[in-house]
Amino acid sequence: MIQIEKLRKVYRTRGREVTAVDGVDLTVAEGEIFGVLGRSGAGKSTLLRCVNLLERPDSGRVLIDGRDLLALPGSQLRAARQGIGMIHQHFGLLGSRTVAGNVAFPLEVMGVPRAERAERVAELLDLVGLTEHARAYPAQISGGQKQRVGIARALAGRPKVLLSDEATSALDPETTASILELLRGLSRRLGLTVLLITHEMDVVKRICDSAAIMRAGRVVETGPVRELLLRPGSELARGLFPLPEPEPRAGTTVVDVTFDGDSADRPFVSSLARTYSIDVNILGGAVEQIGDGRVGRLRIELPGDPEVNAAQLAHLRDAGLTVEVREPAGADGASGADAEGAGGASGADADGTDGAGGAGGAAQDDDLGPDARTSEEAPLR
Amino acid sequence: MTWDELRPLLGQATLETLQMTAWSAVLTAIGGTLVGVLLVLTERGGLLPLAPLNKVLGAVVNIGRALPFIILMVAIIPFTRAITGTTIGTTAAIVPLTVAAIPFYARLVETALHEVEPGVIDAARAMGASRAQIVRKVLLREARPGLAAGMTITVVAIVGYSAMAGAIGGGGLGDLAVRYGYQRFEGGVMLVTVVLLVAAVQVVQTFGDLLVRRLSHK
Repeated sequence: MIQIEKLRKVYRTRGREVTAVDGVDLTVAEGEIFGVLGRSGAGKSTLLRCVNLLERPDSGRVLIDGRDLLALPGSQLRAARQGIGMIHQHFGLLGSRTVAGNVAFPLEVMGVPRAERAERVAELLDLVGLTEHARAYPAQISGGQKQRVGIARALAGRPKVLLSDEATSALDPETTASILELLRGLSRRLGLTVLLITHEMDVVKRICDSAAIMRAGRVVETGPVRELLLRPGSELARGLFPLPEPEPRAGTTVVDVTFDGDSADRPFVSSLARTYSIDVNILGGAVEQIGDGRVGRLRIELPGDPEVNAAQLAHLRDAGLTVEVREPAGADGASGADAEGAGGASGADADGTDGAGGAGGAAQDDDLGPDARTSEEAPLR
Repeated sequence: MTWDELRPLLGQATLETLQMTAWSAVLTAIGGTLVGVLLVLTERGGLLPLAPLNKVLGAVVNIGRALPFIILMVAIIPFTRAITGTTIGTTAAIVPLTVAAIPFYARLVETALHEVEPGVIDAARAMGASRAQIVRKVLLREARPGLAAGMTITVVAIVGYSAMAGAIGGGGLGDLAVRYGYQRFEGGVMLVTVVLLVAAVQVVQTFGDLLVRRLSHK
């Protein structure tokens, strides 16, 4: 639905050049919610603004529904934009118009006749639950309500694509949750393709089907969220399940085990301990609800060097788990990449730590029975 | 000079002042808005960036703002004659008043338009609005309180300038004050005209403030 190819955007200011977007390729499938995660300055906002050409890229292509926007002359580009909704971090509402007037604005731009406009506005306000506030001015309503107006306005032209520029970043956590809920519901109901950018891991976790992580103008990883979480060494997983760096201890093997779906429901730790008669030490872990299922990561410690644990590791892999053996810190480049990754996902830390702390605290003792629950209501194994 | 002698003169002068101010204000509102919008559109990063036009326009506005009104009034006498056919009287005074007020108001318009949140303009662009639609429905509309406040200041300034126009036979309260109050040492006439001018300014400011409050939805 949205295809971004080799997109590049350079800002030139008085002899200085800043490459905001440095050759990005992205494909957003029809009907999915795609999140671009990155710190401020990573170029994600510029990337989004290049999709509807609020910024003109220096090179590359942007195809929406197969149509190359860059090839369109002004009037056709405006018409194309009417089919692409956009919501903004600071809402971008007209302070001089009522809520209803703001929602009517894009319809006026499109030249919809007055009577039809009124009907559509009522419909849209109902859709976002703001019928009662139709006559209020933006200054009189809350941030969450303002973003609902923004969403209603973005949907006025029945777009197939919705762009979201940090839509929840100016909102408190509860309001964020309700706006995300609304976005998800609308996207499912209307078959909307959503491309959103955010610095909040939580947004990706809650509503995104796919995600990309951007750093310094480049996409460093991309794919379906579940796949990214299961992929060994992925930044998304590190951000969502921040695990403490293990103390290097001779004669032990530290393993990160990532599980989802079916494998999340099996008590693999106790099964491992029983099968091989070994003591399994849990160093930390977290379980998160992603979309419809649970995904989690556990860091465990097995006695003996990795070489002697080959059978144990195979046992875990056979159980459908993603297994990643942690090299002792400083042994190779992995630890360096890790440190960088931990910084890269700083936006998510506050959020991820809750889960990790809860699970980690409960998981200090591996004698816990299968009925013990983490803070996320997941059975410990 | 007795009150009976003064009254018709005062009535006539007040009417002339009102005429000069009203006409100049209307013409300035149109011209100043036009110039102000052009300044904002053509600036760097504007909706229609045209650096040369912006520079020229800015320079013209600055010249208009820098010239003392009394000099400007004399300097444009040929222009005034070309337009009105005369160089004295109320009608002739409207020309220099408007020429002086347009650059003044244009800068105030520029400031008011800059106050419009860039995010709102972005949102309108993302919706596919044309430049004309953005100017009409976003910029001018969102800036209405600022434009009204600017117009209030401008009208007050025009009332003041119009008194100066009296110096070259423009008529109005200022003319009366100069001819009777100053040149004939009629302190009473001076006092009455000054009181009337102060009252006029007061009324304009009060009305302007009211309008600004009505237009803003903060």
